[in-house]
Amino acid sequence: MTNHTPELLETPLDEASPSSLARVATTRLLGSWRTAGIVLPFIILFVILSISSGPFLHTTNLINILDQQAATLCIAAAGTLVLVAGGIDLSVGATYGLATVVAGEIAAHHSPVLAIIAGIGVGLLVGLVNGLIVTVFKINALITTLAMSFVIGGLALKVSAGNLIVLSPSGGFFKFANAQFLTVPSAVWMTLLFIIVLALLLTRTTFGRYIVASGGNAEAARLAGVRVNLTRVIAFTLSGGAAGLGGVIDISRLLSAQAASGGSALSFTVLAGIVVGGTSIAGGEGSVWRTAIGVLFIALIGNGIDLLGVDPLYQQIVLGLILLIAVGLDSFARQRRR
Amino acid sequence: MSEQTAVEESQRTVGTPGGDLVVAGVSKRFGGVPALRDISLTIEPGKVHALIGENGAGKSTLGKIISGVIAPDEGTLTFGGEPLVMRSPREALAHGIITIAQELAIVPGLTVAENVYLGSQIARGGIVRRREMRSRFRELADRVGFALSPDVRAGSLSTADQQKVEIMRALSRNASIVVMDEPSAALSGHESAALHEIIRSLARRGSAVVLISHFLSEVLSLSDTITTLRDGHLVRTVAASGATEDSLIEGMLGRSLSSVFPDKATTDEGAATLLEVEHLSAPGVNDCSFSLRQGEILGIAGLVGAGRSELARAIFRDAKVSAGTVKLGSTELAGHSPHRSIGRGLAFIPESRKDMGLMMSRSVKENVSLSRLDLVSRMGWIAGIRERRTVSTLMEKTTVKSAGMGQSVSMLSGGNQQKLLFARTIMCAPSVLIADEPTRGVDVGSKRAIYDLLVDMAAQGMGIIVISSELEEVLGLAHRVLVMRHGRFIAELTGEDMNEQAVLAAAFAETSGA
Repeated sequence: MTNHTPELLETPLDEASPSSLARVATTRLLGSWRTAGIVLPFIILFVILSISSGPFLHTTNLINILDQQAATLCIAAAGTLVLVAGGIDLSVGATYGLATVVAGEIAAHHSPVLAIIAGIGVGLLVGLVNGLIVTVFKINALITTLAMSFVIGGLALKVSAGNLIVLSPSGGFFKFANAQFLTVPSAVWMTLLFIIVLALLLTRTTFGRYIVASGGNAEAARLAGVRVNLTRVIAFTLSGGAAGLGGVIDISRLLSAQAASGGSALSFTVLAGIVVGGTSIAGGEGSVWRTAIGVLFIALIGNGIDLLGVDPLYQQIVLGLILLIAVGLDSFARQRRR
Repeated sequence: MSEQTAVEESQRTVGTPGGDLVVAGVSKRFGGVPALRDISLTIEPGKVHALIGENGAGKSTLGKIISGVIAPDEGTLTFGGEPLVMRSPREALAHGIITIAQELAIVPGLTVAENVYLGSQIARGGIVRRREMRSRFRELADRVGFALSPDVRAGSLSTADQQKVEIMRALSRNASIVVMDEPSAALSGHESAALHEIIRSLARRGSAVVLISHFLSEVLSLSDTITTLRDGHLVRTVAASGATEDSLIEGMLGRSLSSVFPDKATTDEGAATLLEVEHLSAPGVNDCSFSLRQGEILGIAGLVGAGRSELARAIFRDAKVSAGTVKLGSTELAGHSPHRSIGRGLAFIPESRKDMGLMMSRSVKENVSLSRLDLVSRMGWIAGIRERRTVSTLMEKTTVKSAGMGQSVSMLSGGNQQKLLFARTIMCAPSVLIADEPTRGVDVGSKRAIYDLLVDMAAQGMGIIVISSELEEVLGLAHRVLVMRHGRFIAELTGEDMNEQAVLAAAFAETSGA
């Protein structure tokens, strides 16, 4: 990237008196945590795992991680936009579940293309409804999406009639996420493309600026002529659409679907990835590619714990602690800047 | 309303009426800007001592220092001969000093009675004794003549009623000093009459009352002593018996319109009308009509709370407009959308740049270009070079000093932050600009730069409305001044009539029943 990405520009360049140099240094350090943040811990973890575990560095293992994380990565990338715009989406797990059963039911009886479109379409619709409730009825985003996740979960059960949907690997639907290109499955390629598009959307387009402005100071953005509500509705819709896409990718990968897949566990993993990636829970700043690193960081911890034969119990404890550190640094950096 | 009840209610209070509160050489600065300079005065028990002055003269700051909300930078307070050091309102309370503030401090989720006895809970063993609290509340309510139900949630009350809750809280603790900051501003005529009686009875009981008020007749009829402040200086302290409204207004004035302001360009009488507001009513705005010509700077003066900002937001279509029309050029602004107003050529610089103007954590560049990203983008894709070039030109024009356009806005001085809003406005190329408090919290140098910008924009044909609490600013810039009170225009001043005396007389003039 060139030197005018917003993230880099954010670093304070104050010419300070010597007395406040220490303060500025700390602020700058915290600023660079925000810009580079998760990258360094990620590299350290990667190196440690490469040394301590033989199978880790194998191409199959690495591709496998990416393949498994494809859905989470897509959802977290779009979720970043929602968080930056000053919202939060806890319904993605349920939306993912709904998309898998909808796509699964259709793929079992109709064309695979229709299944893919329907899965993503359902996600977009849920996102749109979320966005409208949050902006038009001015209901807190956390509550809205939490409530919606129950509604959607119920709908998913209704669609699947509570059954496990199993598809055959012979159908065209299987190819959607499993077609190989350069020994990498299409799920990974799609995810990569999706992340790049969203990252550019956030940093290089007018819409991206509106998202940042809406989360940074909604009142100021509105008075400056930004259509904050419209911006937020689009962000929520994208988030829902990404949950739909993730669901379709996973049912194509795994060939089985049930209403309960995804759920709140997925929502929280997504949120954890975004926050570990340094996106502020208060809105107004964040980056898609760092979210991707954040999600992979969490995945590496799980993978490493598996490979090293550590009690999986520790995975959750470690994840929780990392999350606290990430959020703690975020609020500390904020107070520092005041 | 016997003395005995009052004594009972003040069991917790340590301080007893009596003893002078002496303020000696007190100074206070806010972020380098002096708010009070070397203030000395004596507040005597049993007297009502009024503090008056223009907006920003420092009277509320002085009130807060006396009531322990903020600590002075220099100078001392002594109370009954003892040095008085208060680190918190709670410590002030222990000294028997109580404040009824402009900003209400009630807990909306608690009942009226619980709010009144907040902090002096009527309890035994940690359990609130509701019945006793209620009966004590009734006695107090009878005594002060407020008809409030003890069990209503305080948050559901009107502002005036919430104010009464605060007053009752102060009265429930037999205070030695009561500081009242604009206590009657939210009350109706009947209610303020009751309040006046309370203030008198407080003084009769030996408390000292510090009364901060905009209403000169209220001040004259209630006070024993009146201290006038101007620009953080103490002008004089006089006995109320020897003062008149005229002498008080004269004391609040006294600054000449020096070379702070650029020369006014003459306006063309025949210039086209850019903005026409007719019978506009909105929350806080009552049937306002005026028009604005090309190249004209219109000043809107009035006290804080007179409805000036509300008018600005109603014109900008950012408030629910209940009646009236706003015509910009030949198109009528309708609906409820700042986005559309900006698109039609109306720009607005809000009164609080931190809350309503800027994204503090974002860069200078992002803040400037936000309103008109369409000018520096194609199909939604931002052209980086074009944006930087545009913003850099605008920063030069508005003399913003920063360490580059990538610098976070929070790192800039108040003056430079304010100039950024002007840079954004110029990029919008509006036909009409409404600037609400354009130089609030800005240093003198930046003030002049902003005045130059305003005059320059008007010279190029823009119509500008300047709303300001600084009278000299309105008078120094505007060709014509409208004075607002209670949401209405009450005076239009031009030419010779446009002076501080006339504006203050209009703004402070009393209307019965408020």
